[in-house]
Amino acid sequence: MSELPQYPPIDPTTFDLIVIGTGLPESVIAAAASTSGKTVLHLDPHPFYGSHFASLSIPEFNSFLNSNSAPPASQSCPETACPSDDPNLSIINLNCRSLYSDLEISSFSPTLLEECSRKFLLDLAGPRVLFCADKAIDLMLKSEASQYVEFKSIDASFIGDGDGALLAVPDSRAAIFKDKSLSLIQKNQLMRFLKLVEGHLRATAASVGTDVNQSEKGEERETASRISVEDLESPFVDFLTKMKLPAKIKSIVLYAIAMADRDQENKEISKQVLKTKDGVDRLALYQSSIGRFANASGPFIYPIYGQGELPQAFCRRAAVKGCIYVSSVEINPNLEFQSSGNYKGVKLASGQELFSNKLLLDPAFTKSSPTSSPDDSLCARFDFLTAQNVKSKVVKGICITKSSLKPDVPNLLVLYPPQSLYPEQSTTVRVLQIGGNSAICPMGMFVIYLSASCEDVAEGKKLLNRAMSALLSFPDCSESSSIASEENVSHPVGAEEGKPTLLWSALYAQELQTTGQSDCITSSPTPDGDLDYNSVFHATLELFQTMYPDTDLFPATNPSDEHSGENAES
Amino acid sequence: MHGRPRKPLKPVDEAAVAAKAEKLRALQSEFLSNHQNKIYSKEAVELSAKLLEINPELYTAWNYRKLAVQQNLAQCESDPESVNSILDEELKVVENALRQNFKSYGAWHHRKWVLEKGHSSMDKELGLLDKFQAMDARNFHAWNYRRFVAALMKRSDEDELEHTQNMIDKNLSNYSAWHNRSNFLSRNCSVLLSNLMKKAAPGFTSKDEVLTREYELVREALFTDEDDQSGWFYHLWLLDQTVRSEFPLLVSSWPVEGSDISLPAADYLDGCASMNVFHYSSRNFPLVLYFNQSVRGVNSSTVSVSCGFNLNIDLIWKPLSSTDSQSAKVWATHLAIPDAELHSSEAYQVEVKVGFSQGIVSTTGVAYSHPSQISFQLHLQKTPLESGQDSRFGRIQWKDDCFAVYEPGSAEPDLVNLLDNLTIKNEVESTASTWQARIIDDETNIFRDLLDCKIGKLTVARLLTAYNSLRPLDKPVHCKEVLELYSELMKLDPSHYQYYKDNHSLVLLQQVTSSKESLLSRCFHYRDSTLSTNGSPLCLRLNNLAISQLGSFEKLLWVQMLDLSNNELQSIEGLEALQLLSQLCLSNNKFRSFTALESLRYLKSLKVLDISQNEIGSHSIDTTRYLFRSPLSHSVGSCDWNINYLSSETYWEAFFVLKDMGLTQLDVAGNAITSKSFNVFLEKLLPTLKWLDGVEVN
Repeated sequence: MSELPQYPPIDPTTFDLIVIGTGLPESVIAAAASTSGKTVLHLDPHPFYGSHFASLSIPEFNSFLNSNSAPPASQSCPETACPSDDPNLSIINLNCRSLYSDLEISSFSPTLLEECSRKFLLDLAGPRVLFCADKAIDLMLKSEASQYVEFKSIDASFIGDGDGALLAVPDSRAAIFKDKSLSLIQKNQLMRFLKLVEGHLRATAASVGTDVNQSEKGEERETASRISVEDLESPFVDFLTKMKLPAKIKSIVLYAIAMADRDQENKEISKQVLKTKDGVDRLALYQSSIGRFANASGPFIYPIYGQGELPQAFCRRAAVKGCIYVSSVEINPNLEFQSSGNYKGVKLASGQELFSNKLLLDPAFTKSSPTSSPDDSLCARFDFLTAQNVKSKVVKGICITKSSLKPDVPNLLVLYPPQSLYPEQSTTVRVLQIGGNSAICPMGMFVIYLSASCEDVAEGKKLLNRAMSALLSFPDCSESSSIASEENVSHPVGAEEGKPTLLWSALYAQELQTTGQSDCITSSPTPDGDLDYNSVFHATLELFQTMYPDTDLFPATNPSDEHSGENAES
Repeated sequence: MHGRPRKPLKPVDEAAVAAKAEKLRALQSEFLSNHQNKIYSKEAVELSAKLLEINPELYTAWNYRKLAVQQNLAQCESDPESVNSILDEELKVVENALRQNFKSYGAWHHRKWVLEKGHSSMDKELGLLDKFQAMDARNFHAWNYRRFVAALMKRSDEDELEHTQNMIDKNLSNYSAWHNRSNFLSRNCSVLLSNLMKKAAPGFTSKDEVLTREYELVREALFTDEDDQSGWFYHLWLLDQTVRSEFPLLVSSWPVEGSDISLPAADYLDGCASMNVFHYSSRNFPLVLYFNQSVRGVNSSTVSVSCGFNLNIDLIWKPLSSTDSQSAKVWATHLAIPDAELHSSEAYQVEVKVGFSQGIVSTTGVAYSHPSQISFQLHLQKTPLESGQDSRFGRIQWKDDCFAVYEPGSAEPDLVNLLDNLTIKNEVESTASTWQARIIDDETNIFRDLLDCKIGKLTVARLLTAYNSLRPLDKPVHCKEVLELYSELMKLDPSHYQYYKDNHSLVLLQQVTSSKESLLSRCFHYRDSTLSTNGSPLCLRLNNLAISQLGSFEKLLWVQMLDLSNNELQSIEGLEALQLLSQLCLSNNKFRSFTALESLRYLKSLKVLDISQNEIGSHSIDTTRYLFRSPLSHSVGSCDWNINYLSSETYWEAFFVLKDMGLTQLDVAGNAITSKSFNVFLEKLLPTLKWLDGVEVN
């Protein structure tokens, strides 16, 4: 606290909203609140933007995960320090908890990476891409945050098998036509199914959009092309079976187009069974993403300079609208409450007290267990901050290679549906390779992100390791120390035919946590285990609506908004 | 660029449009005065550019620029740099105009004109085209221009094929790309394929390999999207390429090989009314050659006819075609037996030799190279047939009880022999068709998987039909299945009912004419009270079959009496091949006009015609007329129009079709056109007429 002079005190000290953490949900809400005229203070303990959605260089990545995955250190003030100056205020201490665990970093080519370790921008929350027709894109266009980000197209997506073979996902008519692995009749079945869904969506859209007179005319056709209500409520996998789709096509539709996470066939084990209704919506998202932007060849895009650009773009937007930013703040905030039990403000490690009507917290913040509050009932209300509602985990992996998984395709997606790697595999493994042309690594190098949801970290790591060994060749471990000898670099030991050689890898587990809320204090969600941002944005929008029920989210300002769409196309 | 609804103009836009029009008008009048005064100054030329960039459709302005360029070029011929700058300017103007409207004919033509002056780099042109095709991949102007550029720069066919492949890969509903592909491949027989074969480029070894590869491609498209019609068209085209014989061949003839023809001897000429197949009631009898495709060059030097008597004059072969006076599938001539020979009792051996000397060429330019020979016996019949005299004037009645089933064996064994030899055996054809048969067989098996949808059914039906057409000598197979498929399609897709119905009819006729047995089962003796069984005429009855189109004429050249009543015919196109036809019943069909009966004009032997109970005259505007290859209006100038005929203006179609016919019996009742005045007209038009609508004409 004696270092206080390092940070000039924040002025003013009273805000409508204080946001701590610059993760994507926090940044979107900061921008939305600022846009609607609220005074917002946005704090981040880190020197970079993005929190759990950040893109970091290798040293930053190491230190962030190392510091954050250590067992929750007893923070600077475990004892009931910082007693309130004002006796009318009661205080709850917050700790910074770790969301990450089981970090394993292996480097097989230390010298090579040392030279350019700062040239990497590794996504903490990878693998993640945006659907071109995603809500996230719409929101970025609407909020004009899109002007700060540029995107690269994901060139192709594949379904992988345990042997390392990659088959292009036949996701569109053109792709089905060109596909070499499907039989004629399979092509026909898949295309018919996609048309059936398309017809259903068109009929649904028509009945919503037209007046009664018009819809009556087309009534007969519409009902014929619509999927029945019973089918919509049934599991998607059952509907696919009912449509007589063979196993191969079912797997493509479920895991490579509808992006289902868990094994859909095994309903006893699987907790998340996709309903036809939702499956159809996901297909619609996928299809409408293809061709939305002229420069995107497929349905997915990825932000140049990494996904950390997204929260940063919203922060810039918020700043334009008057939000105040302070980063690298030492925050061990203590929540201050009035005697009535109403939230009043936070007290920073610096000792400065800041007051706001509402507070939004990074998901890493938890209530320190031995509460300093004299008021138990007060504590009980903030149980959501005690980090016990951990649903499940997602295991993530990051690999660096010097060659692409597919020649001439720098940015690609690979999906390993359940049981494709080994029979007990119960969740989809998603693999995203991003190349140097997206400016997240030196040209000629590639970053491969992997993820799999799991209940058990060991199981999850086993999955990722299987996927990695299907795709990559590992240098002999004993060689990793002597790799410095330059001759060995060009012919890495253990390199298999055509497979990229692994240079560096990190494996870690991340907890999944949803939002928590009580009165004026809200805890934002952690990055989820999805491939896209749909759920993150959905949750964020809901959060904003509960925080500010009467406020429009990024109300349309002027027609110039329409032109901002072109920025996103680049 | 497709399927975008046109939005009505907003009021604001209307004002802008008016202002634009005003500006355009001013520019235009200034430009026209420049043009008239032949002013080609820099300013004047720039003005035209400005005008064209607003309105590229102004062809006069393009022509003006051409004149200006020519003049300016003439002035600076020695300086290549200024030549280049003049032409560059033109290309720039065209490019800007195309940006305004890239479907402007004038602009594309102007660009071609500049290019033909040997200017512009071709790569630049292809780059420009790629830009335009990215905007609208189906724009046929761009595709046309691409072909022009590709030809000019002699781009290899492989490269262009690859380009179309890429375009199809991007969007398989690109009819222009498929068409471009067919354009290359249709040159295969002559140019492209032989080139490729000479070069032995990988993947282009022979026609069957090229076709196999194309089938694979279009199959992928059809299975991927069974509703995409560009693939259907391409498949149909491929099938035609597969089945079509490149070489013209003689399919059938009249008389058939080895037949025995009786002609009436002079004494009995008038009295003979025999209408049996092998008896012919005139001394002037037809020879008919039926080819597998339209040919030209059939004449007395390419077809030699030798017989025991002296022909005196060269035979004149006429093409039986209403559209083309030079080529036809069917050619006919008449062999007149000289009076001097009529008392002879010997049999004449007649030999018709086709193609022993060069000259018969298909419309695609392939020479007829499989000489064939037809020989038959001709002898004069001295025995008068019983009761012939009366029947000459008896009225033919097309009633069921006038026909008795023909019993083979009882008489006329010649007919049976004749029916065995209807088609000419071409060895070339049967050996060449093995790979085609294999391709089609494979294709059929694959498409059987798609039988649950429209295009699947249609394709299988087409393939099976094509398979049969490859083996003209064998009995057609799968006829029943094809007929069922077409019946299902008629129910499934009523909007194309007529198409399926027509195809159904063709297959049905193929089935009926496929064997001697089935033909014989439709042969009947006509007899009424005045005739005995022996001398009674033989009638082929194809009535009550619900057919809407005629076909298989090559199997019917022998028919003299034909009953097509109670069908759904709208046209008799092709019937002209039946040169022996003397009695024809077309009652209770769907003919809408005399135009639909134009083939009758070629049937010089026709005596008895029944066109009663049709729809002639009930459609004031005859839309079907445009379905026929030759609308009568095109040929009407050639006939002498006799204004003396009563109401001939009203009945000009009837006049045109029926004039010069030697009809003795005509039934037209039950048509909207019939009236008293029409009957009077007919009686005047047809002086030979004895019976009109069952009433004896005095």
